[in-house]
Amino acid sequence: MSIWEYANPRRFMATSTAVLPWVWTAAAVLCATGLIWGFFFTPEDYRMGYSVKIIYLHVPSAFIAINAWFMMLVASLIWLVRRHHVSALAARAAAPIGLVMTAVALLTGAIWGKPMWGTYWEWDPRLTAFLILGLFYLGYIALWSAIEAADQAADLTSILCLVGTVFAVLSRYAAHFWNQGLHQGASLSLDAEENVADVFWLPLVVSLAGFVLLFIALVLVRTRTEIRRRRIQALAARERLA
Amino acid sequence: MTLTITDLSCRRGETTVLHGVTFAVGAGEALVLRGANGAGKTTLLRTLAGLTPPMTGSVVPDLCAYAAHADGLKGQLTVAENLTFWAHVFGTRDIAPAVVAFDLAPLLSRRVADLSAGQKRRAALARLPLTGRPVWLLDEPTVSLDADNVARFAAAAGAHLAGGGSAVIATHIDLGLPGAATLDVSRFAASHAPDAHDPFAEAVE
Amino acid sequence: MIALLLRDLRLAIRAGGGFGLGLAFFLILATLVPLAVGPQPDLLAPIAPGILWLGALLACLLSLDRIFALDLDDGSLDLLATAPLPLEGVAATKALAHWLTTGLPLAIAGPALSLLLFMPAPAVPWLGLSLLLGTPALSWIGTFGAALTVGLRRGSLLLSLLVLPLYIPTLVFGAEVVRRGAEGLSPATPLALLAGITLGCIGLLPFATAAALRINLK
Repeated sequence: MSIWEYANPRRFMATSTAVLPWVWTAAAVLCATGLIWGFFFTPEDYRMGYSVKIIYLHVPSAFIAINAWFMMLVASLIWLVRRHHVSALAARAAAPIGLVMTAVALLTGAIWGKPMWGTYWEWDPRLTAFLILGLFYLGYIALWSAIEAADQAADLTSILCLVGTVFAVLSRYAAHFWNQGLHQGASLSLDAEENVADVFWLPLVVSLAGFVLLFIALVLVRTRTEIRRRRIQALAARERLA
Repeated sequence: MTLTITDLSCRRGETTVLHGVTFAVGAGEALVLRGANGAGKTTLLRTLAGLTPPMTGSVVPDLCAYAAHADGLKGQLTVAENLTFWAHVFGTRDIAPAVVAFDLAPLLSRRVADLSAGQKRRAALARLPLTGRPVWLLDEPTVSLDADNVARFAAAAGAHLAGGGSAVIATHIDLGLPGAATLDVSRFAASHAPDAHDPFAEAVE
Repeated sequence: MIALLLRDLRLAIRAGGGFGLGLAFFLILATLVPLAVGPQPDLLAPIAPGILWLGALLACLLSLDRIFALDLDDGSLDLLATAPLPLEGVAATKALAHWLTTGLPLAIAGPALSLLLFMPAPAVPWLGLSLLLGTPALSWIGTFGAALTVGLRRGSLLLSLLVLPLYIPTLVFGAEVVRRGAEGLSPATPLALLAGITLGCIGLLPFATAAALRINLK
């Protein structure tokens, strides 16, 4: 059986109906386990104190924020090459989730940054890149909602996603370059993976997996909504013709 | 040179408007499209011009010169500048025959913005011979032309046909063109049955 | 394509063509900044490179929505799409015309306006050079954005929202060239990166622009 069969809307609806409860359950269990474990059953970091625990929200949301865009890129390519409607709708469905995750990552970063660096915001290249990523999400969502014809909107946003990816990567390197140009050597590492010991690492992996499943569940739900929206449009169009 | 169209399906937006469109227009022939507003005359012409890709069937846009409702003329430029521009774009150099055919000589150095609606329309139609393409696709070419100008346009179109060209014209008035056949596009109206190309036409759950 | 370029240039300089609007905007911005932050040279000099680059970028943005919208309204865009020219060529020509009427004048005016903001003398030639190398990227990216939004009724606000994030790398490297010039450092690296972005935009973006136009003309 080919994976492309799921590109048929009816097939997708049937499969996602069957799969969704399991994905939701697994996402809830893993998120709860990871977060509770992380918040209450890990020691405080000797340097960062209790504030370290925000990584269990911060790192997974940042991870999803980046990979949601990557998923949109793949879905856009599939739409442009193979013209599977579900793929285009999944890309549309993922964008607001990516935007929210970007906001969560920035917000938790700010909350963490205040006790750690004494400031909510620092023009660190990584923070800047995330802010820029949020702008790309905004533009993509705005273009989707501005165009009424669904296929045309899918085509144009896919092209924007492709071009945007190149410029988002360029912006990320530009931010890196620009910041080094400003203050030499004074970089703040946010790389939790490099610093944290195993006690912190394991619950982090669990909550990371939980967030991935949460993302999948949300994309499935939103894609189902988009499919139903298209179905309503098709019905309305037929009514106009009749 | 014959433009042969077989089993063409056209869409407007995401709805299939026409399907099974079949006709042939030979050298020296004209085809007049009829049908109520919204029947798909403009859609058919845009598909033939290659602007909207057909759902099924194939078209040969390189043979066709398209003239839409909009004139494609720049108000700030003179008639001569506009015509010379389109002549260059289509790779023909001499605008004189088109100027004679549509009697534009007195208007050449006027700005298009200062022309009357009928004069503007004439200048827009003068673009057609400049394309050097045999099949003219005309969407309501006589809108805003008075009787004299309609006759002048009919004469120019007749000369084009006599010279071995052909034309597909959406119009409500009788131009008196020799060898003109009539095609009612409402014959090809896509049925109201679910659209085979739309995966959302059938129930999804 | 030369005919198209000449027509666009001619339209720009005829009445109502909008030539010079961007330049006037640039001048006004350079006047307003000292009025807003104060006239002290030690305040203005450090921010001058950034202000001038930002001003050039916004001035470029002003005229973007005209690139295709006027041609769509009067039917020229349909006719150009049926012409024997490749649509990619049309896109590139439109971008070139936009640069010649907007970016190039900005690059020439930039060094003159830098005097108003007390930019250090060694940075002035770098400002001119970086604008000369960077503004083509702004025009080509802007043309792409204009093609994406050409059919939309209230497209110009959306156009800004789409195009400004794409302008970030050009802005960063462009302003960095001037800042390094002002500090007496070698601006070779950001200059090379800026040129690379411009070349990449000129080479690749017309294809995306043409694809967007085809979809919008359907």
